Amino acid sequence: MKTLSVFAFLLAILSSATSLAARQSSYELMTPENQAMQDDPNLNPAQFWVMDGQSLWQERAGKRNISCASCHGESKTVMRGVAVQFPKMVQGKLQTLEGQINYCRVTKQHAPLLAYESKPLLALTVFVANQSKGMPIAVEETPVNKPSLQKGRQWFDTRMGQLNLSCAQCHEDRAGLKLGGSTIPQGHPTAYPIYRLEWQNLGSLQRRLRNCMSGVRAQQFEYDSPEMAQLELFLMWRARGMPLETPGVRP
Amino acid sequence: MSKTSRTSITMPAQAKKDSIIEIRAIAQHDMETGFRYTEAGKLVPRDIIRFFTCRYNGIEVFKAEFHPGTGANPLIIFTTIATESGTLQFEWQGDGAYEAVNQSQITVT
Amino acid sequence: MNKQTYLRRRWLSALGLLSIGVWLNPILAFAKKPEAIEAIAKIVGSQVPKDGRVKLVIPPLVENGNLVVLKVSVESPMTAQDYVKAIHVIAEGNPLPNIFSAFFTPRSGTANITTRVRLAETQRVWAIAQMSDGSFWQGYAETLVTLSACTEAI
Repeated sequence: MKTLSVFAFLLAILSSATSLAARQSSYELMTPENQAMQDDPNLNPAQFWVMDGQSLWQERAGKRNISCASCHGESKTVMRGVAVQFPKMVQGKLQTLEGQINYCRVTKQHAPLLAYESKPLLALTVFVANQSKGMPIAVEETPVNKPSLQKGRQWFDTRMGQLNLSCAQCHEDRAGLKLGGSTIPQGHPTAYPIYRLEWQNLGSLQRRLRNCMSGVRAQQFEYDSPEMAQLELFLMWRARGMPLETPGVRP
Repeated sequence: MSKTSRTSITMPAQAKKDSIIEIRAIAQHDMETGFRYTEAGKLVPRDIIRFFTCRYNGIEVFKAEFHPGTGANPLIIFTTIATESGTLQFEWQGDGAYEAVNQSQITVT
Repeated sequence: MNKQTYLRRRWLSALGLLSIGVWLNPILAFAKKPEAIEAIAKIVGSQVPKDGRVKLVIPPLVENGNLVVLKVSVESPMTAQDYVKAIHVIAEGNPLPNIFSAFFTPRSGTANITTRVRLAETQRVWAIAQMSDGSFWQGYAETLVTLSACTEAI
């Protein structure tokens, strides 16, 4: 009896959707037309935001009248490898990529915060993240981020909303099954910011997570909140090793 | 929508004389249909690109007319014959005095 | 019969009628809508477009109707004597049936066009080609438009 339960336990672990071998990006679930739209920069609407981001990178801002390029350099590749490390602990605070960009704006450029989902913040985020395209997501568990990571995992496993569903119930236990005609993805944030066809706009991971929460009729986490950052951290850790696809196209 | 926006042209820089080349033109534009409502129930007015023209060394070789059913960030892929070297000029015009221009050089051998 | 049986039978027959209605509906939905007929009439005037030569390709299943890749290709020698003057795309299920029109010249090389359109719902889309000799040809494609889960608006 005991060996049977141990065997069953091992089987459950091996067959879990996010066992490192069986992970799948939601790119695989798209139609060939949408995949082509993502793959070809000439067809990908997000490319305009990347170009906007490149301009903003050079633009002087704030009371100190310096640009991102003033400190980080002009090159379009200087941020390579950066996006795949976020979210991460920076000076004791869990920072998302958007949060880090805003941190630089406020403390280094002495410029006002850029609002979440505003065109400039999206443009800068996608410009930076695009430079890590193809690189494996490099978020690992460290002693410093461990408490936040555990919090994030808790959010992932907690039932919420009127529909009383947790992220795990759909995206872990039922990934690959159908919900209303669509295949349930595993929910790895490999392509953010994405051009979501439903938004007809570029948007952040936090925007998408808020959509998930409205989907289960839950109170949405606020933009730039600690809960959001913790959940982002857990999701990126869960997707570690998968290649970054930014900027993605999703339905 | 602002008076102008980014556009992007993809086409070969070189071609053999009288070969057929493929041109991809895309403009950054929300293409507001005029059928959407704000949360307060107010109709969002139409604001779209209406016309696209392609001129080859000044001669119009292709034109398209967009209606609200055209998707955001409109893409158009069409062909033209590479008759001679020169400049292809692309123009977009739309609601709210929107205008955008782009061009591309081609060497025809 | 007891009350439970009665209620269950009523519920089952209502469900049966509903499913028959749903089964019939798709067939009706694919009849040419009046606005689409009017839009096509404005293009072709008194002529009747002939079936053929026009190939319209849209994905049979669309995950989101906001941006659907649409390709039209028309067989034509594309010479100064015989070329495609225009292609008009009409969507039966959209609030405004006209989607876009493309105008070609003998310098176009082909009468192939690809663009991305909005489709409001599952429907049939038409492409009407106007030839240089004044004739009209038509082709169509049908698609199923779905919506992804967990969208923004509730």
